[in-house]
This record gives sequence, structure tokens and C-alpha cells, in this order.
Amino acid sequence: MQFLAQYADWVYLVAAILFILALKGLSSPLGASMGNRYGMIGMLLSVLITFAVAPNPNIALIVGAIAAGAVIGGYRAKTVEMTAMPETVALMHSLVGLAAVLIAIAAVFHEGAAHDGVHRFELFLGCFIGAITFTASVVAYLKLSGKAGSKPLKGGWVKPVQIVLALAMIGFGVHYFTSENLQSFIIMTAIALVLGYFLIAPIGGGDMPVVVSMLNSYSGWAAAGIGFTLNNSVLIIAGSLVGSSGAILSYIMCKAMNRSLMNVIFGGMGTGDDSAGGATGETKQKNYKSGSAEDASFLMSNADSVIIVPGYGLAVSRAQHALQEFATLLTEKGVNVRYAIHPVAGRMPGHMNVLLAEAEVPYEQVQEMEEINSDFSNTDVVLVIGANDVVNPAALTDKNSPIYGMPILEAHKARTVLIVKRSMSAGYAGLDNDLFYMDKSMMIFGDAKKVVEDMIKGLH
Amino acid sequence: MTTEVINQAAVAAGQAAHTAAQHVQAMDPFTASFTIFVLAIFVGYHVVWNVTPALHTPLMAVTNAVSGIIVVGAMLQTVVIQEQTITLTSVLGALAVFLASINIFGGFMVTERMLDMFKKKKK
Repeated sequence: MQFLAQYADWVYLVAAILFILALKGLSSPLGASMGNRYGMIGMLLSVLITFAVAPNPNIALIVGAIAAGAVIGGYRAKTVEMTAMPETVALMHSLVGLAAVLIAIAAVFHEGAAHDGVHRFELFLGCFIGAITFTASVVAYLKLSGKAGSKPLKGGWVKPVQIVLALAMIGFGVHYFTSENLQSFIIMTAIALVLGYFLIAPIGGGDMPVVVSMLNSYSGWAAAGIGFTLNNSVLIIAGSLVGSSGAILSYIMCKAMNRSLMNVIFGGMGTGDDSAGGATGETKQKNYKSGSAEDASFLMSNADSVIIVPGYGLAVSRAQHALQEFATLLTEKGVNVRYAIHPVAGRMPGHMNVLLAEAEVPYEQVQEMEEINSDFSNTDVVLVIGANDVVNPAALTDKNSPIYGMPILEAHKARTVLIVKRSMSAGYAGLDNDLFYMDKSMMIFGDAKKVVEDMIKGLH
Repeated sequence: MTTEVINQAAVAAGQAAHTAAQHVQAMDPFTASFTIFVLAIFVGYHVVWNVTPALHTPLMAVTNAVSGIIVVGAMLQTVVIQEQTITLTSVLGALAVFLASINIFGGFMVTERMLDMFKKKKK
């Protein structure tokens, strides 16, 4: 063991490189599985060498805890439905946050271990980031899984409460830092837990893609913070990788929803414009065409090219598999079928891609917004299923629209647009969509799955 | 008197030289950690921008697993202190090991499951 311990830093270095390779592998689906293996090996090495490094480790307790975690984590991984990925990921962020808090408290109460100034600062940092991540992720989990209402916490008092809590938390943190008072440390942690709740509660359910990415980032910084405390390079490196990954994903999501990142970091996002949903009042009676599923499948089977725009409504009615079957039948008839994915089509980054992959939609048929947007103008039919705001042309043309500036899929440029929708009710942002009233548009009312199944019948 | 001052000055200079030499030999731990931290963010930034958007959900799942590296920190707390197996520190540590392990196994396994979905149709 002693012999191994002197090489520990080298092993941690190898593990850190393996983690980088794990993320690098995801640049294409081909290398991704290999990358995932690298990640597993890196984790295994880190854990094994830590047994050698730890002074007098309680091996029985550690192995027992790992085994219990493996059973629960493994079970969840095998059984979780792909539609439930966002809340699962949120739940996992909360675990990292809580682990960081427990480690920080364990370190603070570690008898005989002295903590110098730098050390106390790092403990303070790791602990409060962890605590915020924990409760914030739990709130996000409850909202995403529908266990708590997705309605945001509203009112002018929210912002002052956030600020007072943040200041109090820092105040007690500084007191611990200067006096090494354990009570202050505990109070600081408690306030951070409450603050985590108040940071996420004011955010509406529909903004969760940003929140989940942001918490991903926080969980990474919490790990890095603990790494500083323990002077452990692999924790710092892995934590920073996760932290920057989450930050980039938040940025991408923000851009796709036309929001600023600062707005998200300081919370309170989504309390303004979107909570006004339904209050638009001046809904003019506009004319739209509606048709049957059979009409739609006739149109599409006679087209040369079809682009499908799936939205979260598709996943809600579990229509992915039926849609894939329909698309396959169309392809067999010689129609060029592709899927256009908006970055916020699902409830977390890349969610729609996974849902389609699960339904065995060929990877090559699925294209991102930037790749496919220029192709809409020479496409015969666009089929919009369960999506609304991401194809709203007002984002491009109407300067007064709350979603003005948001990048959209330019479905309105196609020759014919078919929209599958339950009713004419407004979308998440509470906005009317001019696309529905265009001459070339046709509405098909009904549950997405039912409509797609009828379309399949129409092809025979 | 003067010799005393000179002596003191010499001792002080010697000490200064000694500490200076130490500084040259090794960065202080915080600076070293911070250097690693900043460089790792750069690496993360460049690697993650190269991830294809289609795989962003697996990316989040695998980063979840990777953030389970906090298990190392938890293990370092789950130690026998002064011959005592069960202390507040070791219990909290073990609890953190348990939570981090859920992340590690859950994260890697669900990533594997998702990547298989993308692979199946790759042929």
C-alpha cells in the first residue's frame, strides 16, 4: 500500500486524462461508447488508488457504501424511461451536491485535523455550492417529474429574500473563516440549503432545460471545490470538466431560448414575460384550415421531401415509435424524410435526439437546426408534431413579440405545412402562432399518437 | 551593538534566502491547485464544444458519472480516527460514498444504454 501511495498522483493524472477522453468521445456516436469505457476505467483507478492513499481507511464501510450505491444507481439506470431523463439527471445533481456538503461537514468535524485559512475558505466554498446544488436540484426534480407544480414562485418579495439569504450565508461563512466557529459553518450550510430552494422555485417549468444544464455545472464546481479542500488534482480536474460542460450547455440552451446567461445565474428568470401566459386577451378570430390524418398522409406520400419537426408534445403522447414507423413507410415510397431538431425541442439538451434514437430513428435522418434551416424553402411538406413556439415566425418578424430574436426552425418557408395539435390553444409562451393561419398550412387536430397511427393507416 | 545588528541582518538574510529557495522549489499548494483548475476549465471548454448536439443528453449523463469522482473526497473522510471506526466524520463520509456511488454507477450505465440506442441504427 505504501509503495502504491507514492505513485497516487500519477494514477490520478491517468484518471483525469481518461475523463477528458470520455467527454472527447462524444464528438461522434462512433467513439462515444469507447469514451464511456475510458471514463469507467478512470473512475475505477481513482477509487482503487484512494484506498492506498487514505490514512487508515475503513474498508468495510466504504465497500458496503459503494455496493449499496451500485445497486440503486444500476437499477435506476436500467429502468428509467428516456422521457424521464431530465428529472433523473436533476436528481443525480442533487446527490453530488449533498455528497459535497457531507464531505465538507465531515472534514470540519474531523478530529485532530487542523484547518488553516485557505483550507477554511475552500471548505466554505465547497459546502455552500454543494448545498445550493442539492436543494436547487431537488426543486428542479420535483418540477420536472410533475410532483410539484411547474408554476413559478412569484412576487416582488422573492428577489429581496434571495439577496438577504445570500448575504447572510456569506456573513456566516466569513465568521467561520475568521473564528473557526463550527456553529457558523452549520448555519451557513443551512442558509445555503434554503437559498437553493429560492433560486429555482421562481423559475417556470418550461425553462427547466436551462436550469438542468446550470445545475450540472454547479455540481461540477462543488466537486472541484472539495478537490481544493483536499488538494486532490483529479477532483479538481473532473469537477472543472463537468463545470465547464454544464456552463456551455446552459449557454447553448439560453441562446436557443433567447435569454441571457446572467439572467439565469442570478435567478428570477422567467418571472416576467412567460408567466403572463393566457393574458394576451386580444385573440382575434383568424381563419385556419383543418384536415384529417388521411389527407395528411396523402399529401406526404405524394411529396418528394418531408421534414418532421418534433416537439415535446410528441414525447408526452408517446408517439415516437408510431412516427418512426410512418417515416419508414414514407421512405420506402421514395420520399426523402428528415427530422429537424430545435435545441430546446425536449426538456434537456439533446433530449429529443435520445427519444428519437430510442424509437430507432436512423441517426442520419436527424438534423440540427443550423444544418437543416436552409433546406425548408425547397421542401414539399413540413410536419410539425407537438411543437409550437420553435416554429413561430413571429420570432423573426415581430419586434414586439416576447420571443423575438429566438432562433426558430423556418418551417413557414416550406411549400405545405401540416401541424398536429390538440387544439388551437396557445403554446408554452402563451403566444399565438401565425404559422397556423397561413394559406399553405393545415391543422390536424387530435392526440399526436392517434393522428400518426391514422396517418399510417392512410398510407396503406 | 553594531556586530549584533550585523548578525541579526545576516540571520534575517539567510532566512529570506532560505524561504526564497523554497518558493523556487515548489509552488504553494493553493496556487498549484488553482493552476490545474484554470487549465482544466480550458480543456473542458474546448472538448465540450466539440460534442455533437445530438449527444448532449448522454454528455450530461456521463458528466454526472464523472462528478461522482467526489467519491474520492468521501473515501478520504471514511477513515478510522484514533482507533475509532464509527465517528461523525466516518459516518458522514460513508454516506457521501454511497451517494457518489449512485451517481457513478447510474451515470455510466445510463450513458451506455443511451449510446447503444444511437449505435443500433448505425449499421
